[in-house]
Amino acid sequence: MTAAAPNYELIQQDGLETSLLEVSMGPHHPSTHGVFRMDVKLDGETVVDLKPVFGYLHRNHEKLAENMSYLASMPFTDRLDYFNSMTNNWAYALAAEQLIEIEIPERAEYLRVIMSELTRLVNHVSLVGFFVNDLGALGTPLLYAFREREKILDLFEQASGARMMCNYFRFGGLRCDVPEGWLDRTREVVDRFPKFLDEYEKLLCENEIILSRTQGVGNLSKELAVSAGITGPMLRASGVNYDIRKVDRYGIYDRFQFQVPYSKGDVGDCYDRFMVRMLEMRESIKILNQALDGIEDGPIMGNAGKVFKPAKAESYGRVEAPKGELGFYLVADGTPKPYRFRVRPPSFINLTVLRDMCIGQQVADAVIILGSIDIVLGEVDR
Amino acid sequence: MSILGSGIFKGMAVTLKNFVGSYFDKERLTTKEYAWRTDDKLPERAGDYPKEEAEQLRDTTTVTHYSRNFPMLLHDKGEPMDTVRCVACQICERECPPQCIYIEKSKDKKERGGNKAQFYPATFDIDVSVCMSCQICVEVCPFDAIVMNSQFELSTPDRFGGLLLRRDDLLKSNDYYHKIHPEEAAARDKRIADEKAAKEAKKKAAEAAKKKAAEAKAKAEAEAKAKEEAESITKPAESTADSPSPPPAEPPVEPDRPKKEGGTE
Repeated sequence: MTAAAPNYELIQQDGLETSLLEVSMGPHHPSTHGVFRMDVKLDGETVVDLKPVFGYLHRNHEKLAENMSYLASMPFTDRLDYFNSMTNNWAYALAAEQLIEIEIPERAEYLRVIMSELTRLVNHVSLVGFFVNDLGALGTPLLYAFREREKILDLFEQASGARMMCNYFRFGGLRCDVPEGWLDRTREVVDRFPKFLDEYEKLLCENEIILSRTQGVGNLSKELAVSAGITGPMLRASGVNYDIRKVDRYGIYDRFQFQVPYSKGDVGDCYDRFMVRMLEMRESIKILNQALDGIEDGPIMGNAGKVFKPAKAESYGRVEAPKGELGFYLVADGTPKPYRFRVRPPSFINLTVLRDMCIGQQVADAVIILGSIDIVLGEVDR
Repeated sequence: MSILGSGIFKGMAVTLKNFVGSYFDKERLTTKEYAWRTDDKLPERAGDYPKEEAEQLRDTTTVTHYSRNFPMLLHDKGEPMDTVRCVACQICERECPPQCIYIEKSKDKKERGGNKAQFYPATFDIDVSVCMSCQICVEVCPFDAIVMNSQFELSTPDRFGGLLLRRDDLLKSNDYYHKIHPEEAAARDKRIADEKAAKEAKKKAAEAAKKKAAEAKAKAEAEAKAKEEAESITKPAESTADSPSPPPAEPPVEPDRPKKEGGTE
């Protein structure tokens, strides 16, 4: 399935001494969104071959988690994808909750949905900002995105005490209840958000420069996307209707009316990936409105004991993180520590098709193709 | 398809709207004010903050009272070490995911705030360069002794010792806690008071029950004695000497019941 590098023996014609140019982009290149390196072979401006090199941010997350209690790994999951600590928490809590019998109170379920949809807004809005930043629109759209993101981060801070490393979910519920008036403030932010999205779409979606830079660039076929295990908005941009919120209906997602935007065509280019995220934000707002209507007072923590010591079992918990399917695989051996702790990071697996998408494109396009994948190196390297 | 470039002009209209709007609408501003420290001198250590607590509070007004930064140790009214709540049980040290807490238990016990004598932390260090603000120490502490501070201006020129907060740097009064996190502190104080009241009520109930039980026991004993005497008159006792007195809460033994059974029950 992978694209083959074209035959470039013809380069040495007309007596000219030419050869492929090997460029190392990164690990400290601003376009690579962190410490990530692309070994690019170039023929002029065209990418002939590309090798992603990563692992610079490896910090032994899985092995660390095997040497500490189940609860102690929770703050470390925040640091996987540091834009979306809430969904990371949820995936891990889901996996651990399968190991023991545990009842999750209604209010906690609603707050989980609210938190994870707010997270999706944060992620998509800043991804679009970064993506346009990669296209050369330095600053302006990104700053607008960050301005809105800041309002949601304030909400996170009010609920959990931290803006990004929230560490808010617990096995069987949440760490603490939201403060008084939090739901009203959330409602204000959610109500204002569509107006911002209208403006943002006006700013970006019809811009001719964006259209010509992104349409037909970095095509990813449906077949390749499915066989490479791509998930999330990237898979939906390639025309596959697959969303774990709809497939698994984890938590209480079966109660909400929302649609899953996916591309009707089979192109799967950068513009599709950009638009799928813009549309997904609208759906997130729908879910948020329903959840804010439905939430009621009540306890936020279930019957979980102080010591978390599951019997011998295996579990896999997955959620639709903003970047794709985030899964945690746990093997319990009857001790307070997991025997095996494995993360299925969406960014990492989505990154595997980078070479196939980049071959034959210009070197400047490789930058925006990488930007459209939406990676966070904390999650890729773990 | 409209004329070429109209999309760009539409976008520019949006940026213009945002630029002009930022003068009138706070929601369009992209920046937030930061309260800069007035003197440019950095303290040698993170604990040696050059200002008084009240000044720090004024300085960190941009930090909302929801902010949680690094842990601190609470003490009640009075001398910090005389009223510190920590009893050096070392649960936080054990549970801390990045292992940034170091505690040494005291050799002797000390009485604090009318409670019975307890150990106290001889050493209590938190390395804030390692701490990841996860608040698990706050969660696991059974004595409400460790809570989160919101002091964030902790930069020092010394990256080793300078970022190690010692026990005396960590000790903060409950009043300070009320100032930085009013809602949480009020809720915590209420819970502590409730727990204390519940404990006292339980203690009182237990005492009352004990008293009642003692009374019942005395009564039962008296009755048993009276019956014994009565029985010893009617017929000579066979086993009264080796059978113990009946349990205190039990009703008096039925007269027609064999004596032995009542004793072993």
